[in-house]
Amino acid sequence: MPKDGGIGASSKRREDVRFLTGTGNYTDDINLRGQAYVHFLRSDVAHGRLEKVDTTDAEGMPGVIRVFTGADFEGVGGIPCGWQVTDRFGEVMQEPAHPVLAQGKVRHVGDPIAAVVAETREQARDAAEAIVLDIEELPAVVDMKAALEDGATKVHDDLTSNLCYDWGFVEENKAAVDEAFGKAAHVTSLELVNNRLIANPMEPRVAVGDYNRASDESTLYTTSQNPHVIRLLMGAFVLGIPEHKLRVVAPDVGGGFGSKIYHYAEEAFCTFAARALNRPVKWTSTRSEAFMSDAHGRDHVTKIELALDADNNFTALRTDTHANMGAYLSTFAPCVPTWLHGTLMAGNYKTPLIYVNVKAVFTNTVPVDAYRGAGRPEATYQLERVIDKAARELGVDPIALRRQNFITEFPYATPVAVEYDTGDYHATMDKLEEIADIKGFAARRTESEKRGKLRGLGVNCYIEACGIAPSNLVGQLGARAGLYESATVRVNATGGLTVMTGSHSHGQGHETTFAQVIAEMIGIDADQVDIVHGDTARVPMGMGTYGSRSLAVGGSAMVRATEKIINKARKIAAHLMEASEGDIELKDGQFTVAGTDKSVAWGDVTLAAYVPHNYPLEDIEPGLEETAFYDPANFTYPAGAYACEVEVDPETGRVTIERFAAADDFGNVVNPMIVEGQVHGGLAQGIGQALLEGCAYDENGQLLTGSYMDYAMPRADDVPFYHVDHSCQTPCTHNPLGVKGCGEAGAIGSPPAVVNAVVDALRTGGSNITHIDMPLSPSRVWQAMQG
Amino acid sequence: MYAFEIDRPTTLADAVKALGAEESQALGGGQTLIPALKARLAAPARLVALSGVDEIKGICTADDGALCIGGGTSHADVAKGAGAYPALASLAANIGDPAVRNRGTIGGSLANNDPSACYPAAVLASGATVVTTNRQIAADDFFDGMFATALEDGEIITEVRFPVPEKASYQKFDQPASRFALVGVFVAKYPDGVRVAVTGASEDGVFRWSEAEAALSSDFSAGAVEGLSLSGDGMISDLHGSGEYRAHLVGVMTRRAVAAAG
Repeated sequence: MPKDGGIGASSKRREDVRFLTGTGNYTDDINLRGQAYVHFLRSDVAHGRLEKVDTTDAEGMPGVIRVFTGADFEGVGGIPCGWQVTDRFGEVMQEPAHPVLAQGKVRHVGDPIAAVVAETREQARDAAEAIVLDIEELPAVVDMKAALEDGATKVHDDLTSNLCYDWGFVEENKAAVDEAFGKAAHVTSLELVNNRLIANPMEPRVAVGDYNRASDESTLYTTSQNPHVIRLLMGAFVLGIPEHKLRVVAPDVGGGFGSKIYHYAEEAFCTFAARALNRPVKWTSTRSEAFMSDAHGRDHVTKIELALDADNNFTALRTDTHANMGAYLSTFAPCVPTWLHGTLMAGNYKTPLIYVNVKAVFTNTVPVDAYRGAGRPEATYQLERVIDKAARELGVDPIALRRQNFITEFPYATPVAVEYDTGDYHATMDKLEEIADIKGFAARRTESEKRGKLRGLGVNCYIEACGIAPSNLVGQLGARAGLYESATVRVNATGGLTVMTGSHSHGQGHETTFAQVIAEMIGIDADQVDIVHGDTARVPMGMGTYGSRSLAVGGSAMVRATEKIINKARKIAAHLMEASEGDIELKDGQFTVAGTDKSVAWGDVTLAAYVPHNYPLEDIEPGLEETAFYDPANFTYPAGAYACEVEVDPETGRVTIERFAAADDFGNVVNPMIVEGQVHGGLAQGIGQALLEGCAYDENGQLLTGSYMDYAMPRADDVPFYHVDHSCQTPCTHNPLGVKGCGEAGAIGSPPAVVNAVVDALRTGGSNITHIDMPLSPSRVWQAMQG
Repeated sequence: MYAFEIDRPTTLADAVKALGAEESQALGGGQTLIPALKARLAAPARLVALSGVDEIKGICTADDGALCIGGGTSHADVAKGAGAYPALASLAANIGDPAVRNRGTIGGSLANNDPSACYPAAVLASGATVVTTNRQIAADDFFDGMFATALEDGEIITEVRFPVPEKASYQKFDQPASRFALVGVFVAKYPDGVRVAVTGASEDGVFRWSEAEAALSSDFSAGAVEGLSLSGDGMISDLHGSGEYRAHLVGVMTRRAVAAAG
């Protein structure tokens, strides 16, 4: 058993003490002296021309300080997009302006038109109701395919069409792929929808802007997964504030799931208004606002085709996807359906030829961006669904068909531009068959039948590219940022460590896991290590948390910085013990001279660094603080195999999940308990997508699922007890910890397992159903069963 | 939420008096009204909170055996205290979540008459009597379509009297998001016949399925309603299910209720 607090130990999460005792410090807990409140007047039509925004009456309302409209932001930058995709023809994507407050037109329900700043929140809201709007309603663009038809109403008048880009990948392979389909012994095709989701973190978004006139410094407190990225985007692109005059703080954050990566208009507004009014300005999103202003996720419509030879080997794969961008380009939106999606279409299989086409489309809906998994769930879902369908058409066992086509040799260069460094897909499938008790399924099905229920088994694999990302690579692919991570390790004189990381924890347990890594490296107790994150004034630089990157990239930076610390401490120890540096060993917090009984404790060395009375001053500086930047050489490739067993009530169409098993390969694992928790959470969200969650708009662009009365979130009784296992470990070959990332796996791997299981159950009941689109609500399943 | 005045009477007489004022509205447990206020969907000038009126709380048995539940009794208290009518206690135990059950009241639910609420099905299937500050209203005369009842302005539900059936069961099929009844069917068997009330399904709110009542009155078995069906016309059709689906579920839930009633 690893020592508590060391690598491999299921140490309890130290941050939970404050979270569970109500002593966390969330953004809404921050209240500044003289603070005013803003209420945003949002569009209740999906598409319209702003003829008039008359704020006269509102300005005279009690408590109103100032009313802002789009006119106040003329000359101010718009909300920027962080990724530029180049299309099949070598042209860059169409990139519309995204003003902080609407100018000229409103483009989705929830688009902010005006902002009232007042002494109280209620006064701001009262005054917003007194703003007189004259909006000429325009036809709403909702359906993606209709949006691309000739003569379709344009979301952005200054663009040539509603097409953001038409991306082909790998374009050079297109003809060869088509040729392979011509020669195929069997082709399976499937049209499916990856349903639009709303992230719904427990904590809604909040922003507090502050301005110090004496120092000319602006501070933004915000619910962000990456405060440094917000500092860069907002400072450089929107407000023109240099980084040394702008501080962004993201304190305790109550969940993000991707939706808090992006730079939002409300953040820019609060920072701007605090400066304009010389008063702190606070905005706290209501849950209703969150539904119509937080970036949504997924929303792909795809046709996928799989070609097989006469021996059931996959020979080619071809996809045609429409991806919804919503009304504006959110920070990383263009990257999700392209580089986070097309590059994963090989999955776990040695399909030699792949062509992916993605048309990204503007519509009069909330912007869509990355949501837990981001592109990789969409890739996994279509691939694992079409393989399942192929197995049924060919009358072969779905597991056997997968195994036959597994990649088995690593490193493996896929035909979609990535190189898997390591993996063992047979091992995770073997483990899955064991923990899911696949052999016992037939007996369980018989038992279900006795109760009048249809039981189905669904199995699938997944792979993801995470540990995002090598900067030189993503730069070529259109990223407008580097995706390294930094860490500064500050050792205090008495031996304790303050570690400043650019990774941000909003539920992941970094304060525990990261401390375990450093404690293990030095051989001290984890409670000697404090993790600091979420404040650009305390952490020198950072790119934040998303794409399952924190341990693989942020942790690697920490390891590199700690290695520098240990190297310097070793020099000091050698001096103190009058020994050669090459003979110094560090174990359990003691420096020893190899082959002698001489030793000096960690704390004595750190004290010497700051009280350098007996110190090699001619060789090294006093002090013990080091910074490292880590830029990964490759993505990491967690992979696994999942199995779901469902019962379908044939009378009502209701699906219940009876068993769920997940066998994951995350490489090395630092804290197994936290990893399992991450998988549990991901599974709940994936099951939520498969059975419950579905954001819906009507034909006028009205949001039909604008509250929990209609948007179904998974609850505890919707999910089963999970059988999860991460004992299959092929360590990542290119980062110092050999870790791969575990945050998104559950959400990526589970939707196809659920849908495969439901289709299996229905076919058992004699139906010839081949597919039902998610969410598999009772009414949809029942409707499908009616034929 | 808009600003409003609030009265907190402790007697029924004071509550009635307070509700006589202009633009007053009764506030029961607030599980519907408070969210509406927060969303600024309602703007009453004055709320009269009934939660301090103890005389309309509690459960007792009348001389004729009817179970009498005070209008201000919470769902949680009905779940605990209506043991004499197990199907009713079970219904109350499955309304909403613990917060809703501890704050929400039977009188508030009936006065609101949400077309997907559970209690209207119990009241109608039981042929209960709704007692108000003014009169006694038979269940068949009380419900008047979606969110509409026979109640007049200022009238407060003080008690609901449920004749206790020989057998009964309420079967709810949850709407996946809200967990209100997508369809809920309450079946109650009395010596003089069976009553079947359906909530969640119809655009006209809770209703009695007379065809099923007739069949079950002569043969109280799931098989008796096997061939019966309702039309999807006039049924609620939305994101969570078509009218046709709801009509189908009424049949399924009715059969299950009969089977569960035993």
